Amino acid sequence: MSKVVNSLKEAIKLSGLKDGMRVSFHHHLRNGDHVINMVMDEIANLGYKDITVNASSLFDIHAPVINHIKNNVVTGLEVNYMGGVVGREISKGILNKPVDFRSHGGRPSDIESGKTPIDVAFIAAPASDNMGNCTGKYGKSACGSLGYAFVDAMYAKKVVVITDNLVEYPLYDFSISETYVDYVVSVDKIGDPAGIVSGTTKITKDPVGLMMASYATKVIQYSGLLKEGFSFQTGAGGASLAVAKYLKELMLKENIKGSFGMGGITAYLVDMLEAGCFETLMDVQCFDLKAVESIRENKRHREVTASHYASPTAKSSIVDNLDVVILGATQIDTNFNVNVHTDSNGYIMGGSGGHSDTAAGAKLTMVVAPLTRARLSIVVDKVLCVSTPGNTIDVLVTQRGIAVNPQRDDLMARLKEAKLPVIDINELKHIAEKITGIPKDLKLGDEVVGNVIYRDGTIIDTIKKIGAGTHLYDRKSRS
Amino acid sequence: MEIKNKATAGTLESNDVYVLVEPNDNGIELELESIVFNQFGEDIERTVKEVLDDFNVTNIKIQLKDRGAVECAIRARVETALKRAEGVNN
Amino acid sequence: MRRSMLFMPGNNAGMLLNADALGADSIILDLEDAVSPAEKDSARILVRNALKYLNYSNCEIIIRINSIDTDYWKSDLEEIIPLMPHMIMPPKISCAKDVQIVADYIKEVEEKHNIKKSTHIIPLIETALGVENAFEIAKSSDRVKAIFLGAEDLTADLRCKRTKKGDEIFYSRGRLVTAARAANIDAYDTPFTDVEDEEGLEQDALFAKSLGFTGKAAISPRHVMIINEVFSPTIEEIEYAKEVMDIIRVAKEQGKGAISLRGKMIDAPIVARAMQTLKMAEQLGGAINE
Repeated sequence: MSKVVNSLKEAIKLSGLKDGMRVSFHHHLRNGDHVINMVMDEIANLGYKDITVNASSLFDIHAPVINHIKNNVVTGLEVNYMGGVVGREISKGILNKPVDFRSHGGRPSDIESGKTPIDVAFIAAPASDNMGNCTGKYGKSACGSLGYAFVDAMYAKKVVVITDNLVEYPLYDFSISETYVDYVVSVDKIGDPAGIVSGTTKITKDPVGLMMASYATKVIQYSGLLKEGFSFQTGAGGASLAVAKYLKELMLKENIKGSFGMGGITAYLVDMLEAGCFETLMDVQCFDLKAVESIRENKRHREVTASHYASPTAKSSIVDNLDVVILGATQIDTNFNVNVHTDSNGYIMGGSGGHSDTAAGAKLTMVVAPLTRARLSIVVDKVLCVSTPGNTIDVLVTQRGIAVNPQRDDLMARLKEAKLPVIDINELKHIAEKITGIPKDLKLGDEVVGNVIYRDGTIIDTIKKIGAGTHLYDRKSRS
Repeated sequence: MEIKNKATAGTLESNDVYVLVEPNDNGIELELESIVFNQFGEDIERTVKEVLDDFNVTNIKIQLKDRGAVECAIRARVETALKRAEGVNN
Repeated sequence: MRRSMLFMPGNNAGMLLNADALGADSIILDLEDAVSPAEKDSARILVRNALKYLNYSNCEIIIRINSIDTDYWKSDLEEIIPLMPHMIMPPKISCAKDVQIVADYIKEVEEKHNIKKSTHIIPLIETALGVENAFEIAKSSDRVKAIFLGAEDLTADLRCKRTKKGDEIFYSRGRLVTAARAANIDAYDTPFTDVEDEEGLEQDALFAKSLGFTGKAAISPRHVMIINEVFSPTIEEIEYAKEVMDIIRVAKEQGKGAISLRGKMIDAPIVARAMQTLKMAEQLGGAINE
């Protein structure tokens, strides 16, 4: 017996897909993914229209979706993150109804509850057997954890596994079990390994980034949370990784044994696990080859589902037990509201991902960012979009000072006593403006192109269409 | 100041501005390209004109490619380009 | 505090924006080696504007001008002195006369622009002759507040290889520290040039501290943190300094002229050092190293 079908086309037909239905994808193949484009191209070729795509994230490689939107193949989008290439077009208004942006915890919650029921889930799997037992840990396109894909497998009406590495039954080290799978399709390549995981993620060499990381580590050190049983999550970019490095040095020096590291897992967190800084790593996504290798080899490196990670409606989730999380931001306002959905011109180029989930759960939520980026202050009066509400953000760390949310006077006292450069957020904004000058206010359009759906199900903000007079990047003027 | 030669100053690196000046007989012609055009375009134009005024330049073709330079850097690069274009030695 | 001095290329607009936020006690805006001949004018104007408009309020500003055997140094001073930087760093200083040439021109520019504040000088000693003349250089002018050893050019002059271990500059280091202390000014050690080798940097900095250097220069911001830690007072040093101050107070109360602590006579230099240590400790607050 075998669930293997001859082609993607056949699988789509067998799935019973009809116009107006909802399909879903995970994003573990990141910017090396070929599957979303393969499937949507085939769906378009077969003449389907009015499909809603629920993808945990869309990256720049998914640019072909733009054409599917223009041709009415795709009329609805539900994502947790959207890269700038697709984002720019959405900001110009090519989709007739707003994109629904959720968080990594909100997406599975709404799928499970039936708010966004999936008709057909397409699950890219770096390894699968002919019955659909599959995993991300093995194969030429290995991506490690398949954390975001579990809810798709378990709740979609029909599940299609797409693999470039069909193995003998049974794939014993499976992540997703055959009990959920309807069809299996074998293809040449599900993606480009170089785009899937980074060979090595590296900490920033930028001195400003290192300065920020150094302050961030000190904040953790003096927060009172760095003790036996400590738990930690950090992002995958720039200064965030430097924090992991400095934290490891500190924990080893002070002989502190933490409980778990959560992520978005990179080599730096694996290093911390192997050095004994944590008992375990809880992994919803792997960012580099070392993380993939570790999740495969080390039983203390656990794969967790997105629900387990962050669902607000699960009986409990990991973010609720998290001590410290390090986050980024495009903008943060004087009420500590954070924007991670748009750039400073209002163009969509991001999304919450796990941002609002971790911010809500963690005991100490830190935004680490440079005070200015190319003449624009990160601190503004009002963010262009509220991705994460200010009452869940505790600290902003920049290279020119640390702003503490006034509702955390306990933390403020500790940091001041440690002689850290604590500064009022309004003062930070003032310092930034003295350097950059005061920018002209941006005029956005009226039409809503995105809904920011918070983890409690409410729409906490909307993303407006780009203003009529806005210039994308460069512009010429003659006078 | 009279602009005698073509001259450049600055770079296309982040936080800098590349400035190109040329002689002109048609008043001040300014062309601006900037990554923060929406937020600072008017500001930058005003700054450039102030510098031209400070140096009594009334005829010039000036082109800027801005990568987010702050005002004092824009002033510095424009001033440098002007001085180079005047043919004054280093 | 003068633990660390960070070199910043004078023609780099992005770096100048953040120069004062990198944790260094002093920053050296470099118009010399970091700037190509074609860009000397550009760097000079950019640095002048940075000083004028950016608010470098929390660190000492040092400008490394071009050497007096070039065509650039006078223009450098004309442009920069009116902005009143804390110190001028003239490179390749070999004798007192070199310092006087710079000091005289600084004075000329100050008088021309009616500047009341007196800019100080930190001669960069990087020639064999300079090392030999270290004391006369240190004493050459009231403006000289510190001297700084530049080992890269020095080893070329000495005709030997520059090594991480630094045996070849051992004498020069000792000479500079001695000369500086004899003239009652500060001494800075040469930067460690392997940007990636943080352990090597720490060893080098610890050695410089043990020789009596006030602080050390850095060419990379990553080195600044390590240098600051090394040159910050240790808990032991702070405890000792407190003991010194206590015993001096007791001695005063008891009307004693001379006093000893742990078998050592406590005289003025030791008290001065103790006060310095405690002042630094206060400024550093929670960040004392073990």
